[in-house]
Amino acid sequence: MANDGVDLKRRRFLTAATSVVGGVGAVYLAVPFVASMQPSARAKAAGAPVEADISKLEPGQMMTVEWRGVPVWIVRRSEATLADLPALNSQLRDPDSDNPDQQPSYCKNINRSIKPEYLIAVGICTHLGCSPSYHPEMGGELGADWKGGFFCPCHGSRFDLSGRVFQGVPAPTNLRVPPHHYLTESRVLVGLDEKGAA
Amino acid sequence: MGDFNPNAKGLMGWIDNRFPLTKMWNEHLAQYYAPKNFNFWYFFGSLALLVLVNQIVTGIWLTMHYKTDGALAFASVEYIMRDVDWGWLIRYMHSTGASAFFIVVYLHMFRGLMYGSYRQPRELIWIFGMIIYVALMAEAFMGYLLPWGQMSYWGAQVIISLFGAIPYVGDALSEWIRGDFVVSDATLNRFFAFHVIAVPIVLLGLVVAHIIALHEVGSNNPDGVEIKKNKDENGIPVDGIPFHPYYSVKDIVGVGVFLFFFAAIIFYAPEMGGWFLEHDNFVPADPLTTPPNIVPLWYFTPFYAILRAVPDKFLGVVAMGAAIVVLFLLPWLDRSPVKSIRYRGWIYKIALAIFVVSFFALGYIGTQHPTPTLTMLGRTFSVLYFAFFILMPWYTKMDKTKPVPDRVTFTKH
Repeated sequence: MANDGVDLKRRRFLTAATSVVGGVGAVYLAVPFVASMQPSARAKAAGAPVEADISKLEPGQMMTVEWRGVPVWIVRRSEATLADLPALNSQLRDPDSDNPDQQPSYCKNINRSIKPEYLIAVGICTHLGCSPSYHPEMGGELGADWKGGFFCPCHGSRFDLSGRVFQGVPAPTNLRVPPHHYLTESRVLVGLDEKGAA
Repeated sequence: MGDFNPNAKGLMGWIDNRFPLTKMWNEHLAQYYAPKNFNFWYFFGSLALLVLVNQIVTGIWLTMHYKTDGALAFASVEYIMRDVDWGWLIRYMHSTGASAFFIVVYLHMFRGLMYGSYRQPRELIWIFGMIIYVALMAEAFMGYLLPWGQMSYWGAQVIISLFGAIPYVGDALSEWIRGDFVVSDATLNRFFAFHVIAVPIVLLGLVVAHIIALHEVGSNNPDGVEIKKNKDENGIPVDGIPFHPYYSVKDIVGVGVFLFFFAAIIFYAPEMGGWFLEHDNFVPADPLTTPPNIVPLWYFTPFYAILRAVPDKFLGVVAMGAAIVVLFLLPWLDRSPVKSIRYRGWIYKIALAIFVVSFFALGYIGTQHPTPTLTMLGRTFSVLYFAFFILMPWYTKMDKTKPVPDRVTFTKH
């Protein structure tokens, strides 16, 4: 084949331009495939708030409700427990709840709650998503100075009875406190705060 | 491209004029010359292929009865176990096959470590092999979600959350992988799609690439001697023998021994005391309760122990990833003038022994409840694991080596 009169520069430009346009098309084609793996409209809609009746909760007891597919704990803490909380501050990573992502502003206090007695927290470890177990008893297998709290069986993270994370464990932040508010003395709505924001 | 031969005779002649069947048969089997001094360590490549076929065939049959639905999946597996004729056998062949795959692949990789099979010119064989290993881990992980038991659910929850440790994009990424805010039916369905279609296709392609690369440069051997350096007048390595029939027949012996153990496990200990099928996975998935001790299956536990050894979420994930990435770099970390452990000095032998002990120790620690003592041990063995690789450029250079013979060592039998 004779290459006489072939404009190689032009040919190379056209080949490159065609490849680039084709490549852009391929990237655009990837968009629907990538986006279809996002949570669907139905999954997004399934986030309705749940109501819990806390009237039967005795001091020291914990109940669990399901909100958006995750466990939410409601713990009724005793006076003694609440009195112990400040003493733990020096062992904690974020004793004053300075990370604004982990609780609504109205729960940024030492009890991390609206009513001091009741802790309401998402029961999912902030490390890798296991559900920690509730160990309210003092001492025991978690060490002599254990004042009660939550222990994650997966990787050994520890939280106090305000859901505040201890130092030297893999979990980076305190347990999350979901938006919530009290409808009456004994009924709490998890998933919505007073103003109605989710 | 062969020219058309009008005188070709018979069916084979007809085919060979249209498809290089005889040529391929010769290149990869009848005239592929492998070193004559292979020992039993060379069984594990062909055994890996056997297990791959087992997984594909039993997997196809399992999909005939399995239901991909968060509400039905657990019961459909029990249905296969109880009501489907021979369903228990097919399911146990698949679940035992998964563990067998990793046993065979770990031994295959250890063979490479001993005899320097990753060294020049076999770096790409090693890289392809490592990608196969990573794909296999993805395949096993996603397959383990499908029975939708407690360990399936919480194991997936933990592993997907690992991606959440990546700064900035982590949370959006793990949400995208799950297709939901928690592990759910959406996650189950996509894992099924990846497990039965996407990853197996990738695996098959990689196995082909692994073998093409191997047949391009030729097999290593226990002496680490390049047999292609010493050829006879026909251009055939003097220390080489055709793969078929010599090694095809030898591998059948390996297959026989392997099947003896494989069948024994399937029939007498399919759960292997909780090592191959964890007890908690016989409880249906419950998103509200984590089992008291959640551990991945044994083949992931060394890396899981490294993850747990680091008291920081992001750095733990980085360490676990690095433990796998560092294996890819092996061909460039090893600076020894010899390949095989037979001609290396004591330093490498001790280093390799420490590495093997660390790998087993981490594997054990990863299955245990985290106590302060075990966490300390986990940290120590994690350091030793990485030291094997990071210090390798120095200790392999320092190590006194023995002279490598020109020909492979071989006694007639």
